[in-house]
Amino acid sequence: MERMTVAKAMTECLKAEGITRLFGYPGAAICPFYDELYKSDIEHILVRHEVNAGHAASGYARMTGKPAVCVATSGPGALNLITAIATAYMDSVPMVIITGQVNSDQIGRDVFQEADITGSAEPFVKHSYLLNRPEDTAEVFKRAFYIAGTGRKGPVLIDVPCDVQKAEIDFEYPETVEIRSYRPSSKGNGFQIKRAVTSMLEAKKPLIIAGGGLFTGNGAELMRKLSEKLDIPVISTLMGLGAMPTDSPLYYGMLGMHGCEAAKCAVNNCDTLILLGARLSDRTSSPISRNNELVVIHIDIDPAEIGKSVAANVPIVGDISIVLGQLLEQLNSVEPQQHAEWKNQLDESRVDREPKPVEKGFVNPKWFIRELNKYLPNRSIAVADVGENQFWTASNIELKNGRFLTSGGMGTMGYSLPAAIGAKCAEPDAEVIAVCGDGSFQMEMPELATCVQHGISVKVIVMRNRYLGMVREHQTNFYGNRLYAVSLDGSPDYTKIADAYGIENMLVESEESAKEGIKRLISSDKPFLLEVAVPELIETIL
Amino acid sequence: MKHTISVLVENHAGVLARVAGLFARRGFNIDSLAVGVTDDVNVSRITIVADGSDYTLEQIEKQLNKLIDVIKVKTLSPESMVSRELVLIKVSCSPKQRSEIISICDLAHGKISDISANSVTMEISDNAQNLDTFEELLRPYGIKEIVRTGTIAIQKGEAAVTVRS
Repeated sequence: MERMTVAKAMTECLKAEGITRLFGYPGAAICPFYDELYKSDIEHILVRHEVNAGHAASGYARMTGKPAVCVATSGPGALNLITAIATAYMDSVPMVIITGQVNSDQIGRDVFQEADITGSAEPFVKHSYLLNRPEDTAEVFKRAFYIAGTGRKGPVLIDVPCDVQKAEIDFEYPETVEIRSYRPSSKGNGFQIKRAVTSMLEAKKPLIIAGGGLFTGNGAELMRKLSEKLDIPVISTLMGLGAMPTDSPLYYGMLGMHGCEAAKCAVNNCDTLILLGARLSDRTSSPISRNNELVVIHIDIDPAEIGKSVAANVPIVGDISIVLGQLLEQLNSVEPQQHAEWKNQLDESRVDREPKPVEKGFVNPKWFIRELNKYLPNRSIAVADVGENQFWTASNIELKNGRFLTSGGMGTMGYSLPAAIGAKCAEPDAEVIAVCGDGSFQMEMPELATCVQHGISVKVIVMRNRYLGMVREHQTNFYGNRLYAVSLDGSPDYTKIADAYGIENMLVESEESAKEGIKRLISSDKPFLLEVAVPELIETIL
Repeated sequence: MKHTISVLVENHAGVLARVAGLFARRGFNIDSLAVGVTDDVNVSRITIVADGSDYTLEQIEKQLNKLIDVIKVKTLSPESMVSRELVLIKVSCSPKQRSEIISICDLAHGKISDISANSVTMEISDNAQNLDTFEELLRPYGIKEIVRTGTIAIQKGEAAVTVRS
């Protein structure tokens, strides 16, 4: 037991949770905590808009697998975080969000910079606390980190009134935590495991759909083993990209609205579907036509996801790495399987269209990402934004030992640069590339300053087509080509923007210059901005 | 289809808002809701009557279970539960009509809770259907006000929805 202020105790809680760095933006109501951060050795990364503190924490957490922390002040500061909280919630990213709140005796009186943040964020958090009793500090932090980082991971918010931060308490961080109403399951039900094994062995055309849960649940390696042992083809959701190396002969690409032919063929012809940490959102499951003979084995940590989008014959709730371990154990004595005929069928559906030449003065983004692949180190992290750039990247990036991050569920524009900042902080030795369009870039542009101020060497690729391309495409296809509010006329010269921040940059308008640009981007050990001129009316699927 | 769901929750501020918010944002329809503390002061029980298909009910149960403050969720089947609502009904009543109204009240096993020169207030606890019938019987006299609680329900026999069970 030690006597200290709550603000100091908050830094002690963070240290006890192994937090060495956080992302934030200060304000009056969170100043007592900032004063203690000043005295601590926790590194604070100052973003240029609160939402990006959330996205940066998200990128950081997705690389470490542990809850990352972001901070903002009361009222507008906290409210600005909501989009990032919702983005993290949709993609099951573990995060602890700390917000300042007005003094506890002023809550509910509409005072300056007051907002009911626990109420406002309620639909998008796994849980939240209004810390109104100083003596609860240690317990609340312990619980928040435990809840955020276990089960189906997600954001947990702690709102701390300014006077509470200043209050003195006897502090001791609890070693264990017990919440009677929260006991996430870990092991899969033994009976269902046996049924799953039987179905897998009986299957003539089995198929694995690899979801994002394989990353949050650390199960990618075991999934590869299962796939190889039983010779099961693998396709991926957007969130599961990279769980299977993209060059594996058992890998048949990404499923979904913007997915590839082979993946669609696989999902529509398989007889046994093994869903691993994939919730199958509407954008993913739309190509799936369910027939009565199809056996669905659904493995997920969240019971609410099983049966939500696709009815499951074999439901298994549990931690994906533990469940995969259980399955592999059952398969120990089984001979490796072969599905040559099934794979042949799928191989025939593989379509590889060469990038088409584009008009002079522009670069084909498909060609560009494929060219970029040649230079990217093995352990690289590609962070795609939202829109056409997202699928140019997702569909063409090679992932062997690297990661692909994007805002999958929420589709939040302006995610890539701040998330890349977070990812780079988590893995300073990895090459971290943010790919965005000129629409999304203008939402996150101020974060270039964060890169410069904190020496974070993120590489930014701006696919510039002077349009909100995916919406433009939507208007072309579904609204009689009445293009409205999608032109980005009036946008700045992005290389000059980079110049203004003192960031190395280059504009590329041909394959020749793009090759040089990629080389310069990769060889730089500082932040770098590469503007790629892509044809204005180019499509998502190339 | 109507479902009666008994939900045990931690008894602290904001829990009801979380449960109600969940129903609202996921588009689940609440017919009635009743909250009260249990024999353990740290635990409250929320009894919800909700309308929806079996798929909806499954999602309601699963989504409720995801709320950290929710300790237990149990859907009670109509044949194995006793359910009650309490209603307070105030009707116009001239002195001449009193005995007539009192006899209807007796018939429904109700109690007279208040009486004045030109009104009588009765209280009856019963299941929702019987209360509806009772209301219809009183309507001809002129209903001045009806106050009705949400449904509460308990399982028949020895079965119990508790933190321990």
